[in-house]
Amino acid sequence: MKLVDSYIFLEKLRDFMYSLLEQRDRLREEGKEVLPLRTATPLVRYGFISMFKGGVIMDVTNEEQANIAEDAGAVGVMVLDKLPYDVRRAGGVARTADLNTIKNIMSTITIPVSAKCRIGHYYEARLLEEIGVDLIDESEVLTPVDEKAHINKWVFSVPFVNGARSLPEALRRIGEGASMIRTKGEAGTGNVAEAVKHMKLVNRDIALLRSYIESGDEEALRIYARQNSVPYELVLLTARLGRLPVVNFAAGGIATPADAALMMWLGADGVFVGSGIFKSQDPENRAKAIVLATAFWDDPETVAEAQAMVSERHAMIGIDITKLKPEELLQVRGE
Amino acid sequence: MVRVGILGLQGDVLEHYELLKEIEGVEPVIVKDARSLALVDALVIPGGESTTIGRLIEMRGLRDYIIERVRSGMPILGTCAGTILLATRVEDREVGEVRQPLLKVMDIHVLRNAFGRQKDSFEAEVDIESIGRVKGAFIRAPIIKKAWGKAKIIGRIKHPVLGKIGVAAIQDNMLAVVFHPEITGDNKVHLFLIDMAKGRM
Repeated sequence: MKLVDSYIFLEKLRDFMYSLLEQRDRLREEGKEVLPLRTATPLVRYGFISMFKGGVIMDVTNEEQANIAEDAGAVGVMVLDKLPYDVRRAGGVARTADLNTIKNIMSTITIPVSAKCRIGHYYEARLLEEIGVDLIDESEVLTPVDEKAHINKWVFSVPFVNGARSLPEALRRIGEGASMIRTKGEAGTGNVAEAVKHMKLVNRDIALLRSYIESGDEEALRIYARQNSVPYELVLLTARLGRLPVVNFAAGGIATPADAALMMWLGADGVFVGSGIFKSQDPENRAKAIVLATAFWDDPETVAEAQAMVSERHAMIGIDITKLKPEELLQVRGE
Repeated sequence: MVRVGILGLQGDVLEHYELLKEIEGVEPVIVKDARSLALVDALVIPGGESTTIGRLIEMRGLRDYIIERVRSGMPILGTCAGTILLATRVEDREVGEVRQPLLKVMDIHVLRNAFGRQKDSFEAEVDIESIGRVKGAFIRAPIIKKAWGKAKIIGRIKHPVLGKIGVAAIQDNMLAVVFHPEITGDNKVHLFLIDMAKGRM
């Protein structure tokens, strides 16, 4: 089974849920020509995300940082009002970034521009779509407005990425229409430990589902789906594919080229770097080095070269996660 | 056995690999350095971010190796970002002149992000001379504004806003398409590349 087969499956799932095929057939019966160009289909959403693979998406707060990211070879930028590290320190309510800042960045650089909205904030997402943001991150870094329900992402023409700490959480988000998953990690800490934990948990569950399907234990797949509140079709798809059915990036605490290579080695399709670049004292070099290490993660010689482009003395200091109070953890927001 | 390389620095390398693997008599190879580049009969530059792929080509010193192989006749296919990298002249719809590193081997003028942003991405079928009708995904796609010299536009679509526009071009052993046949799973463009490679063997 190929990754694009899963995109086609997910597209059908969406068509089924929204009876779009029915509508199209009705138009055909009435003799109206169906448009030869089909805009913003699920396939072009999943396909767009596929183009990010092997790349780095960097958090930025202004045009200057966006230019540095583009020149370093980032595959995209994520616009925020404050970097996650500063969100932690500032406290208060964290909301979507200034729309004017996002627009200015969109007219400055040629690579895709993403932005975050609060979990459950349908209208922030609509505004980001309206101004032309290429990817929306429904993110736990911002203050959630709905702890119980995420946005129904199927109704948007723009793709969404969501964070996940486990396979069931990832599959629930995909079931809500997310086109891309990232580990949650613990954002703004400069500590990659939580991202490692989340990536390994996802991998372990995928291996488990794979073993069920190889032994023909269809019943176990159903029990897994039921116990974890996940659609059975997505459990089966994941088991057959042997990986997450959409592109999966690592995020949360990546601060060095070696961190990025580690996450790629664990099976990530690419990485998000939040505070790690622009909270360091060598952002230009660090950005280039992380791009290089991500692309050549399977070649230790090149990763060593990348790691030597930066100095540990200039890395962001980072936060010890065990010293955070439970209410200070961002990853527990929105299950 | 035709060995088709896929430049594996960044982008939808896996989709090209999986599509090529299903074609009989073809061995797909992921190319990340000059050594593996020397061993392939044809090369695909996949979709992805052209600025990223271009930067990595530059950082790894691969530019001259790729150009040398193209000049010596190795068939090459660029899809989307690949087309941008092959072009001699590149502009961006919003930003204007770009400052990204390019290979500059094909006499075409490419306009990046010509259709707008991701929400304007679409699927459409294209009739391409000597290849036929191909299903393509146009994802933040560029367009080919002009071809000169030995380069020729061989595929056009009619767009409701932009009118009739160039989306595929050929110049000797170089083929450029602005869309993604690897995302829709249509292998006709790849088969054409493989035929070109066989013609030289």
